[in-house]
Amino acid sequence: MTTLAALLVLAGALLAFIGSLGLVRMGTFFERVHPPTMGTTLGTALVLAGSLLHFSALESRPVLHEILVGVFMLLTTPVTYVLLGRAALRRDHEEPKQEPKR
Amino acid sequence: MNPDFVSVTLGAAQLLLALAMACALYRLLRGPRAQDRVLALDTLYVNAMLLILSFGISAGSRAFFETALVIGMLGFVSTAAAAKFLLRGEVIE
Repeated sequence: MTTLAALLVLAGALLAFIGSLGLVRMGTFFERVHPPTMGTTLGTALVLAGSLLHFSALESRPVLHEILVGVFMLLTTPVTYVLLGRAALRRDHEEPKQEPKR
Repeated sequence: MNPDFVSVTLGAAQLLLALAMACALYRLLRGPRAQDRVLALDTLYVNAMLLILSFGISAGSRAFFETALVIGMLGFVSTAAAAKFLLRGEVIE
């Protein structure tokens, strides 16, 4: 059970790392918005599932606190990214400037 | 089951998350415009939350979970406030 939890955490960490690497590699802002969502959705879900499994096995009772963080991230991530995307659109509209690559 | 395998796997996960935080920090310092920096700050917060969750798993302590929850909430509030500031020029109108 703990082995499975550790593997889930490793998979989530890998997703978060790939997302952050995409943040560095992508060229423009609107491309850069996409990669970090890998870490914030599936990465967080996998790490939380690993944590839930580990503590349930450790205390030999269902520990469900992690679902709270999962629901919270599920609700807040789209809000922040929509706000950020609108802000970026507005700023690009107000001062159209060629964005430098990288 | 196998404590060696579990500790090595969790260590690798923590290393990956630290590298992810380094990538976000690079974009935070380098990012050509303000919206890139805000995006990098949000990613940094999420990665820090995941790192603290994995610390809690390897330590076997529930206390880390509350820290992760608080970091997640502060990350949302700070990113939303910064995006609102970029959008309007003020946070609360």
